[in-house]
Amino acid sequence: MATKKSYAGEFLKGLWDENPVLRMQLGLCPTLAVTNSAINGFSMGLAVIFTLVMSSTIISLARNIIPKEVRIPTFIIVIATFVTIADKMLAAYFPDISKALGPFVPLIVVNCIIMGRQEAFASKNPVGRAIIDALGMSIGFTITLTILGSIRELLGVGTIFAVQIMPSSFEPWMVMVLQPGAFLTLGLMIGVANWINARRTK
Amino acid sequence: MTNLLMIFISAVIVNNYVLVNFLGICPFVGVSKKIAQSLSMGMATTFVMTLTAAVAWLINRYILEGLNLQFLQTVSFILVIASLVQLVEMFIKKVSKPLYDALGIFLPLITTNCAILGVALFLVLKEYNFIESIIFGFGAGAGFTLAIVIMAGIREELELADVPEYFKGGSITMIIAGCLALAFMGFSGLI
Repeated sequence: MATKKSYAGEFLKGLWDENPVLRMQLGLCPTLAVTNSAINGFSMGLAVIFTLVMSSTIISLARNIIPKEVRIPTFIIVIATFVTIADKMLAAYFPDISKALGPFVPLIVVNCIIMGRQEAFASKNPVGRAIIDALGMSIGFTITLTILGSIRELLGVGTIFAVQIMPSSFEPWMVMVLQPGAFLTLGLMIGVANWINARRTK
Repeated sequence: MTNLLMIFISAVIVNNYVLVNFLGICPFVGVSKKIAQSLSMGMATTFVMTLTAAVAWLINRYILEGLNLQFLQTVSFILVIASLVQLVEMFIKKVSKPLYDALGIFLPLITTNCAILGVALFLVLKEYNFIESIIFGFGAGAGFTLAIVIMAGIREELELADVPEYFKGGSITMIIAGCLALAFMGFSGLI
């Protein structure tokens, strides 16, 4: 990053300008797989917030002692450690959610958002900035997942966060909570995001 | 034998890694512009997946379960995959230059392909034995190749289509993938 942004700017860029899912199309596997309901998307987001903030903190603190040649394996080990912690914590305190997310919690390790932020940001910036950046990115990710989950849950079952929204006469579109619904909704969301962005910059 | 065949068909079609389990979406979107390129990517992935399945099974059975260290699963699997990819790259470079040139740049990318770690995690979850794990790994790779090549074929045609401006790129790819997933849902009653 050539120009130094303010802390607020560093935080806000993750929410929209560099939103990992909608703008950069990173971390798509968990995005698609766990958003069959709003609560699943939201909890996935929380797990990513935890992992990304913790690993960014560690990597940023250790950025001067990690040799450049082995930085990728180092990042992976740090990330995998925190993912394991998040996974075990979910399984211990929220067994239902842990079951719903299944192997997608350990798969956060290979989520390109986390790796990407370590490589592009945390390994080059002081710790305060790295945490702000990690928070912005992961909250942007969480918001996107929650919206995607809400849309699919609303159209697929007629509820959001298990609260009935649609009138009882509404015929649920089953396909929205199944696999094709994930691809279609995300595709449309990316398209709409492009459109809003184009209008904003005009 | 029928059991193995079932695992294979299930991994390739019914539980297709990309379109049903949502694993390996990044290369599916990123490397599906040309058929030849995506075929190479698919072959490299299948190769690494089969090897990973075998090694991950051995490690899980004899080291992690033997020493009661299952909580290290994620950490050890990702290390195995990273070093395996490196090893495969060096091996192919020495043994077959043409193959190396064909797969070359795709090999390092495979480390961060979540489908590979997914194979390792799923085979533990499903409690497959050694042979079943290898078949499962190979089938998952074949399914990935199938999906990515179909996608590349459609995208080559798409170059000529008139797509609304804001939907170009990632957006239209997702929508097409949705249609493909819809088609693959038709296989769900097969097994």
